[in-house]
Amino acid sequence: MKPSAKAQAVGAPVQLSLESLEPGQLLKIQWRGQTIGVLRRSPEMISDLDSLTSALKDPSSLESDQPEFAQNTGRALEDEYLVINMHCIHLGCVPKLVPQVGPQPFDDNWKGGFYCPCHKSKFDMAGRVYKGVPAPTNLVVPPYRFGDGKTLLIGVSAEGVS
Amino acid sequence: MAKPASNIGKRADALMNWIDKRLPVSAFWEATMTGYYAPKNFNFWYYMGSLALLVLVMQIVTGIFLTMHYKPSAAEAFASVEYIMRDVEWGWLIRYMHSAGASFLFITVYLHMFRSLLYGSHRKPRELLWVFGMLIYLALMAEGFLGYVLPWGQMSYWGAQVIINLFGAFPVIGEPLTEWIRGDYFISDATLNRFFAVHVIAIPIALLGLVLMHLVALRENGSNNPDGIEIKANTDEDGIPLDGIPFHPYYTVKDIFGVAVFLLIFAFVIFFWPEAGGLFLEPDNFVKADSLVTPEHIKPVWYFTPFYAMLKAVPDKLAGVILMFSSILVLFFLPWIDRSPVKSVRYKGMWYKIMLGFFVVAFLRLGMLGMAEGTPAETWEMRVWTFVYFAFFVLLFFLSPRGKTKPVPDRVTH
Repeated sequence: MKPSAKAQAVGAPVQLSLESLEPGQLLKIQWRGQTIGVLRRSPEMISDLDSLTSALKDPSSLESDQPEFAQNTGRALEDEYLVINMHCIHLGCVPKLVPQVGPQPFDDNWKGGFYCPCHKSKFDMAGRVYKGVPAPTNLVVPPYRFGDGKTLLIGVSAEGVS
Repeated sequence: MAKPASNIGKRADALMNWIDKRLPVSAFWEATMTGYYAPKNFNFWYYMGSLALLVLVMQIVTGIFLTMHYKPSAAEAFASVEYIMRDVEWGWLIRYMHSAGASFLFITVYLHMFRSLLYGSHRKPRELLWVFGMLIYLALMAEGFLGYVLPWGQMSYWGAQVIINLFGAFPVIGEPLTEWIRGDYFISDATLNRFFAVHVIAIPIALLGLVLMHLVALRENGSNNPDGIEIKANTDEDGIPLDGIPFHPYYTVKDIFGVAVFLLIFAFVIFFWPEAGGLFLEPDNFVKADSLVTPEHIKPVWYFTPFYAMLKAVPDKLAGVILMFSSILVLFFLPWIDRSPVKSVRYKGMWYKIMLGFFVVAFLRLGMLGMAEGTPAETWEMRVWTFVYFAFFVLLFFLSPRGKTKPVPDRVTH
């Protein structure tokens, strides 16, 4: 009942161009069957991150899963681009990007981030999980690196082979 | 039986005699039907067992025909279900019978289980009968979930994602276990293909075996009744219970009447309201599975929502999963949790009626909240009803030996 040899073999890195990605825009791509989100963050989105620390479960990503280079506030190699495995750590749904800052049905004091429709887990603009929701840790950051020009390679780590 | 008047009658008797010498057909018929005495005071609640069996048989028959046209592959499944609905002769009918049948099976099973809570049918000496019933219920839940994945719509896909990941909550074994269930690192063609295999072969076979055990255990001690007393305690000189009547023809006729009324309702739903406003078939499942987009409002089919609400009520992954599984597990122990000297609600005091009322409201309300959007107020309400659900069992354990009871009659009442 384990994954077949064929299923195990499908895991090559994927490459995409960041040329046309506008600030605030989210691009979704599949890598190893997982939905990977690439979000170009605006300067406000980045500057808001520091103010959230007390509302988060794991603000410094100590318990969470990410390459070493992404264990920082922005959880990214370059703060402008968030590359994140979109599947909620709780039960695997894909949270929605809700970038608007202001009251939302699920949070009166929303600072913008990701909201999971399945079980109401909330994450900030760096995929860090809020306190008081079912998801135990931050969203996973996959291994990635930037290639020549404005390209992104998912599946190969900036630190070498993943 | 009257003496056979004609030659044909004689020959039929001879044939039956020939068969009985080789296979005990007549003896079996007598032991389980004509010579099996059931209490004479059955009421409405005693229709549900035979109706559940009827729907199970319908599910198997319609399932066979669906299997002839359905394609268990991620690329073709969704289109093949639409093909069944539009192009296969009577395809819409067998599909709607099967999809609505699943819901009707759970309706009859829930009412059947509630009957036990009313009259104490799970109490000694029928504990194993109850345990086999619970195993049937578990198998039905698995069957319902697997079947819901097969049309490969959005709800199928994301429902499978959530339910399989429930098993990932367990430490250490969680991750390999989910991979083993999926047969891949994500929900894929491999997952759909094996779900099909388990849905059409493995669980139906297990179900038939469990139903057989359930019926054998039932025939051993006979049915309980609304008074919760043993009719075998009062017998005539031939050992026949004074308050018993032969199952056949008396209860077969009663059950046929029940079947007629049931089929009337069932036919109405299939012909005029097959999706039940999104309860039996959800709108999101008419959209093909898309691994990039989770539907706005994801929820399981109605018969899972009470347990789903308990999962949603807990802000911790592992604790939520454990609470949800234990809400079902606790039901297995019901025969030993209820320690009251009387079985039936008729002779238990007001304390039981109030508790049972709260339990039913908690179950129904959790079912509704499990479907809801989930505002903070609803989350708190889910927590309250989850507490009430579990409090029922705790209170029952401690109150049942001491709670007030009324004197139980020797013979059944009407």
